[in-house]
Amino acid sequence: MMTHLLEPDVVMNDSGQTVLEVRDLDVDIRTPKGTVRVVRGVGFTARRGQTLALLGESGCGKSMTAKAIAGLLDPVASVAGGHAFLDGKDLNTMSARERREVAGPGLGIVFQDALTALNPVYTIGTQLGEAFRIHRGASRKQAKAEAIDLMRRVGIPEPETRVNSYPHQFSGGMRQRILIAMAVALSPRLLIADEPTTALDVTVQAQIMQLLRKLRSEEDMAVVLITHDLSVVAEEADDVCVMYAGNVVEQGSVRTVFAEPTHPYTKGLLESVPGDSVRGQGLSSIPGSPPELNKIPAGCVYQDRCPLVAQICRDERPQLRPTGPRQRAACHFAERVGQETVSQTGVVSVEEENQ
Amino acid sequence: MNTQETGAEPGNVLEVKDLTKTFHVSAGAAGTRELRALDGINLTVRKGETLGLVGESGCGKSTLARTLMMLEQPDAGTVRFEGQDPFGLRGRELLKWRRRVQMVFQDPFASLNARMSAGQIISEPFATHKDLYKGAAAKARRLNELLELVGMRSSDAAKSPQEFSGGQRQRIGIARALALDPDLIILDEPVSALDLSVQAQVLNLLNDLQRELGVSYIFISHDLSVVRHVTDRVAVMYLGRIIETGTTRDVFDHPLHPYTASLMSASPKLDPAKRPAQRIVLQGELPSPLDPPSGCRFRTRCWKAQAICRTERPAAQTREEAGLVSLGMPDAGPPQFPHQTECHFPIASAAEAGLVPAGN
Amino acid sequence: MTQTHSGTASAQPKRSRAEQLGRPSMWRMLLRDRFATLAALILTFVTLTAVFGPALMGELATRQDLMFMNKPPFDPSNGWAYILGSDSLGRSMLARMVVATRTTLMVAVPAVLLAMVIGSLWGVWAGYHRGRRENISMRLADIIMSFPSLLLAVVVLYVFSPSAANIVLILAITRIPIYMRTARAESAELQSRTFVDAARTFGTRPNAIIVRHVIPVVTPTLLTLATLEFCFVMLAESSLSFLGIGIQPPDVSWGLMVAQGRQYLQTAWWLSILPGLAIVITAVAANMLAAWMRIATDPSQRWRLTLDKATTKAFKKVIKDAK
Repeated sequence: MMTHLLEPDVVMNDSGQTVLEVRDLDVDIRTPKGTVRVVRGVGFTARRGQTLALLGESGCGKSMTAKAIAGLLDPVASVAGGHAFLDGKDLNTMSARERREVAGPGLGIVFQDALTALNPVYTIGTQLGEAFRIHRGASRKQAKAEAIDLMRRVGIPEPETRVNSYPHQFSGGMRQRILIAMAVALSPRLLIADEPTTALDVTVQAQIMQLLRKLRSEEDMAVVLITHDLSVVAEEADDVCVMYAGNVVEQGSVRTVFAEPTHPYTKGLLESVPGDSVRGQGLSSIPGSPPELNKIPAGCVYQDRCPLVAQICRDERPQLRPTGPRQRAACHFAERVGQETVSQTGVVSVEEENQ
Repeated sequence: MNTQETGAEPGNVLEVKDLTKTFHVSAGAAGTRELRALDGINLTVRKGETLGLVGESGCGKSTLARTLMMLEQPDAGTVRFEGQDPFGLRGRELLKWRRRVQMVFQDPFASLNARMSAGQIISEPFATHKDLYKGAAAKARRLNELLELVGMRSSDAAKSPQEFSGGQRQRIGIARALALDPDLIILDEPVSALDLSVQAQVLNLLNDLQRELGVSYIFISHDLSVVRHVTDRVAVMYLGRIIETGTTRDVFDHPLHPYTASLMSASPKLDPAKRPAQRIVLQGELPSPLDPPSGCRFRTRCWKAQAICRTERPAAQTREEAGLVSLGMPDAGPPQFPHQTECHFPIASAAEAGLVPAGN
Repeated sequence: MTQTHSGTASAQPKRSRAEQLGRPSMWRMLLRDRFATLAALILTFVTLTAVFGPALMGELATRQDLMFMNKPPFDPSNGWAYILGSDSLGRSMLARMVVATRTTLMVAVPAVLLAMVIGSLWGVWAGYHRGRRENISMRLADIIMSFPSLLLAVVVLYVFSPSAANIVLILAITRIPIYMRTARAESAELQSRTFVDAARTFGTRPNAIIVRHVIPVVTPTLLTLATLEFCFVMLAESSLSFLGIGIQPPDVSWGLMVAQGRQYLQTAWWLSILPGLAIVITAVAANMLAAWMRIATDPSQRWRLTLDKATTKAFKKVIKDAK
């Protein structure tokens, strides 16, 4: 297996600001066919008051990474190696009990599907107040008062009456607000938001993003935003980690990575966004589709879709290396990415997809 | 309803007038309540063009698609397909009409029967339209032709849908819609379930097919950047009504309705230079269609709403009629498709629409 | 060309795991699953017994020998005929069980099949069309369900003769609603699926859609249900026999044997336990086979049955050769 050790990155890791540091995280899924590594050597840092985006397409391992950090992996999945330091304490070596004590109040998480994340048989007040009752030993009355306060903070109108409503009585956007309220109830140091707006309409998405921004600065939290939407990353995040087939292929500040991508995948993604392209013009697209996780080729993970591919890409997996100020990429030819066309226009047939 | 040919404008494939559809929703002990999913829809699709249908979930765009596909019966209004009313057709005539309008569905997983092979799925329409391709050889030939058209191999026909990725499955869905050689395809969010890199492939395929086959599309989507890329004209829906319509360029560059403007303004932009300096973030969410606001339906979320918006439903007016033509906006759309909106106080400038980039 | 990328690499690798295996033959998949193979063997054995057993046993099943009353089973000194013991009239349990196999299957199999076919088709039809057809059908099912089935059986079988055909009919009618409810629920859910909508947009008629899209999906569930019902029907038949309106002696069924042996439970346990075991083993085997079939007929589940790497390779070769 190929791993890479992240050397402490001087530029990206100013101590004191760091809330979460993930190093060489590996996650395995046990399948009947054998163990599949779905996250491989992922490392990043999330800092106070800033947003780090984990960006990638479905199946790239971004959600798995977040679940591993939050200790919410499915029973078939397990952390196979690496560390996740929350305020300097390694979550991966903790006992379940320690974890609850540290991660319970220190880490909040917001899921994509707000309806299934809420229990339909309890009122919103009960569910919001639960955290206070468990971690702060609050009384029923106090918990309810705290719940109302939270609802006000996340912008739910008439919290005094709505505190007694049930989840189904709220709209999708309101439910997402409630989930966010639950996640920030105990003023966590780190908020993980897993595709928080994917199920929502554009106008509501804008509201939720506004709310997350507001809470981030109020609470001075670090936010890890998991998304597949490049535009959302461009607008909301400070740093970005681009993931492909379980690996981080490029990371750095959003501004530099998006302006001058040094990995062909990042560049291909950026070119695929329709943007302002005019009707009739061919859209750029990346040929093919991502490899299955149990069939990841040796060498570079992106070799099958990459126009820059050479023999070295098949033989040797590129390590993340600095490619610019506050920017690192895992590509043998990172320096060439800027000059080359990495996507193609026009119709791609499946033959080409399968090359 | 009559089936006689009415005076259809030449070049128009589809003409919809005042289409209304009401659902009866059970409301517990109170009996049923009316949900007006479509409230007087007017639209036209010309031959070989793409009409975009934009709106948030619950605005009625999927109901409109289902009604046009005759999966739902409208309460009122007319649908004319090259002058013919499909709802008046029976038997063979109806079957013949079915060939001309087809649909591609949003979810490439749910819309293909997992128990059939790709080939069976694509040639399923032939089982209903038995007289179209006579004999196994003709059917096989057509199947290969279709597979080639959507960029797949003939050996793919034997595989089951599980063996394909999302983008390839959507190609199968498109091939199935093309099987009967239709004149109009309704694309219901055809790429919103796909990953970005694959999405572009499918959009390019759709564009190429249109050029090659001259088929018309109704493209339903909530993704504005996609709509801008593939459509000739756009209709924006809100709570069962089309509140703004015009050529894609007109609507995107100079939105007239505050709702359209807020949609454009709220959607995140990749390029920092294009981000609006002043973003419009609407308050609240879509009101319940069971209890729509009086007058203008958008007034509860509109920052320009005044007393008249509560009492009077705005009539459709063009930019010229609204007195906004003097602002020097270039090329109003072709005369038969004016840029019009249903609003008492249409947006006058790009600045008001929240579309002036921060860079300027 | 490598076939590496034609599957989805989404978060659910399950979906694509079956890929490249094509459609391995049912036979091979059956042999790969030890439990399913065992179940199939048991069912084959039971069927063969029902077909050829009575002829082989000849007179043995009815020959009484009062010197050989209530002999316990598994005592080789009694000879092979009494290896499963003897009943209160000194008849060979082995021979009686063999003969009873035929009667049991001749009642249970047609009863289950009849109820399944009628109930499923009715349920699928009602669920597909919804509305009034569904409501009336389901109220009818409720009426049948709420009417005590034993009472119905007693009335019918007293009025008509308690022949095997009438028993089959009664058992079938009272169990129709079970299939109907399941079939209706699944069909109602299926008719709202997108691929059914797609078929509607081609102008496909409801009956064709039901045959093409609904029945293949519903069948495995109903087959599993039917195997459970198999057990129930055998026991129901035994309670009819207990009331004297079921299988009439000298005919014998497993259910009747259980019923007759009940009074000797403390002195001669084998009289009811052995036929009871026969019922349970047959039903469990049927159920296991149904569970396997459910997976084997579902393309998205089929990969579970083809996990072994060597076998996978062999399949690929077979498929390649076939092409």
